[in-house]
Amino acid sequence: MNWDWQIFCKETTTGDQIMGCFGKGQDVTYLDWILSAWGQTLVVSACALVVALMVGLVIGTFRTLPQSPWLVRIGNAWVELFRNIPLLVQIFLWYFVLPAIFPALQQVPSMILVIFALGFFTSARVAEQVRAGIQALPRGQRYAGMAVGFTTAQTYRFVLLPMALRIVIPPLTSESMNIVKNSSVAFAVSIAELTFFARQSGEETGQPVLMYLAVSVLYAVSAFGINRVMAWVENRTRVPGFVAAGGMGGGH
Amino acid sequence: MFGLDLSFYNWDVISKFVLQGLWFSLQLTLVATIGGIALGTVLALMRLSGKAALAVPATIYVNVMRSVPLVMVLLWFFLIIPFAIGRPLGAETSAVITFIAFEAAYFSEIVRAGIQSIPRGQVFAGQAVGMTYSQNMQIVILPQAFRNMLPVFLTQTIILFQDTSLVYAIGAYDMLKGFETAGKQFGRPIEAYLLAAVVYFVMCYTLSQVVRQIQIKTQIIR
Repeated sequence: MNWDWQIFCKETTTGDQIMGCFGKGQDVTYLDWILSAWGQTLVVSACALVVALMVGLVIGTFRTLPQSPWLVRIGNAWVELFRNIPLLVQIFLWYFVLPAIFPALQQVPSMILVIFALGFFTSARVAEQVRAGIQALPRGQRYAGMAVGFTTAQTYRFVLLPMALRIVIPPLTSESMNIVKNSSVAFAVSIAELTFFARQSGEETGQPVLMYLAVSVLYAVSAFGINRVMAWVENRTRVPGFVAAGGMGGGH
Repeated sequence: MFGLDLSFYNWDVISKFVLQGLWFSLQLTLVATIGGIALGTVLALMRLSGKAALAVPATIYVNVMRSVPLVMVLLWFFLIIPFAIGRPLGAETSAVITFIAFEAAYFSEIVRAGIQSIPRGQVFAGQAVGMTYSQNMQIVILPQAFRNMLPVFLTQTIILFQDTSLVYAIGAYDMLKGFETAGKQFGRPIEAYLLAAVVYFVMCYTLSQVVRQIQIKTQIIR
């Protein structure tokens, strides 16, 4: 096995070595391709994360509402539905089945469909964390909100959610890292992200080890980057004197 | 209904294409769970041993496995195992080896947390009655730890079962592949994917309810 890193400077169709490794005009080197694939992975992950956080926050909150049994039921059904079907099957549902049933979806780019598939899949996990976070708060917090005359919405907005969301940052960090890894499943519907690149370029160049290695490193770097961003968020939002989830349940 | 051809849903189609895949998915889940727990326990004990020569390699192994997507690990092993053993290997066998190696990293984290959840006094008690390290682990620590970990193990097994669908990447014939092949064969991919989703949902949901019951039963212990 020869380790020829120069392969990343090759043009993808002609195989010519390109000076400076970045192709100009019509030329695309493997370096160009892997960077754009990395971009696709990051865009899909980031958009899916936004979807997952928004939907997960709403659904997770639904599941803790004291006087709305139907919203609780809807929330529970949502979580069970999206948690018990494998991600790959969900992506196929979004990509093949939904457009066949709702023709309007045929105009939607496949990338958007994958973002929703990954986002909704993760939203179930986020909702579970948000619910646990809200329920981890002492009951007195909710009563305190009621005692000062807040409506349910106000209690959530000003009392419960600000504390609960800080508690769920550590589990959400690992969900965010999972979303980058899970975005790899998008290769199955030919989104040109890192795993798709690894398979294609590995076959084209006959150097799969190099390509897999580069892709694996990029995945690890992305996950680590997200970890650092979330650590920064956690640090910035910390309430002085309040020990967050890390210290909970531990002890003797 | 929605232009679906319900005649696709008959036992002939399912028994011909899906059962073989389902059987492989279940086998893969079972073997990977048992193998993953065994290897994961070894990794966890290495990390908790306090000896750098054991702890460092185990830590590196676990962190590397956990930072790469399963699909990439499947591709890696499918590429490398034939080099290592000098002959080509079927996608199915490759998938089994990959899943054991990959899940071991996740199971080891569960086992590590489980062992650490046992109060230190239990370790000291074992030492005080003169047990060796392995006696202490086998008789005192691990039985309690595994009992506490049972619900988490089962939850991980459900995730593992869902993950078996990813062997799609190397073309192994699992349940999803069975549905897909049936769909292609009869020109009914939509119906096939829908049924696949329903079957996965029913199996995973049922299992998760069982896990919930076990969770309630084992909760009383501490």
